[in-house]
Amino acid sequence: MMPDYAMPLQGLIGGIMIGLAAAVMLLGVGRIAGVSGMAARAAGISGEGAPRVVAAAFVIGLPLGALLVSAVTGPIETRFPSSVLTLLVGGFVVGIGTRLGSGCTSGHGVCGVSRLSPRSLVATATFMIAGIITVTAMNFLGVTW
Amino acid sequence: MNRALLLALLSGVLFGAGLAVSGMADPARVRAFLDVMGRWDPTLGFVMAGAMLPMIVAWRIKVRLDRPLVGDNFHVPSTSKIDRKLMGGAALFGVGWGIAGLCPGPAIADLAVRPLPAALFVAAMLGGMFVNRLITSRNKLQESKHVVQQA
Repeated sequence: MMPDYAMPLQGLIGGIMIGLAAAVMLLGVGRIAGVSGMAARAAGISGEGAPRVVAAAFVIGLPLGALLVSAVTGPIETRFPSSVLTLLVGGFVVGIGTRLGSGCTSGHGVCGVSRLSPRSLVATATFMIAGIITVTAMNFLGVTW
Repeated sequence: MNRALLLALLSGVLFGAGLAVSGMADPARVRAFLDVMGRWDPTLGFVMAGAMLPMIVAWRIKVRLDRPLVGDNFHVPSTSKIDRKLMGGAALFGVGWGIAGLCPGPAIADLAVRPLPAALFVAAMLGGMFVNRLITSRNKLQESKHVVQQA
């Protein structure tokens, strides 16, 4: 049974929008819509990838899109961790990991998996399992979030 | 205006809107998807499934095209090497994802919704990317010195 707090329809619709966005990037500009790579490129941390202005345009679009939705539908639910340390440690580890692993949920998870890229299938399975273990361990140890 | 920039901006806006609509801008909901032993929330599974649909079609269209709408070539990764770097990196990413409930896309999109906590995460993420670059460029330098010494 689907729990009442799940949002299957919104998830599916939002997911299709994300997939369309990635399709626009691929067929329009010839690039993988991988957010970690685009962010690194836009910030001048990565020397390869899309032209820096193209990466910056994509990255700037992300908050604009969220803003647009909140303007149309009202406030978006965002329950953040209350601990600054959680945000900083999480962010730092995500930064190193996505560069080492050449991608994140968008590049590997959406673009790579839909193409059945072996690298992306392995990466996606790996970060899913690591995420599950991390959340389960934090809950087991009673870490306040 | 440059057509490539316009398309990239359009893609980013649609991507950010999709994240907001799907509930993925909410770190607690993302974490609940990973909480399979607790109060599991399957929403992220529907997001992933939804995102597959246009992209499966897009990859099929791509095969028939010589070049993208704008630009001379498709720039798609061609490596198929599955090594410790890929798996170690993905595992680290998964740990950070589980800790905060945020991955790069939602974190950047949330800059417009929850500027302060999102900016803390994004700043730390860019810091991590920068540190990784320092380490890799130092390793490359040492490798090249090693090669020179051997020669």
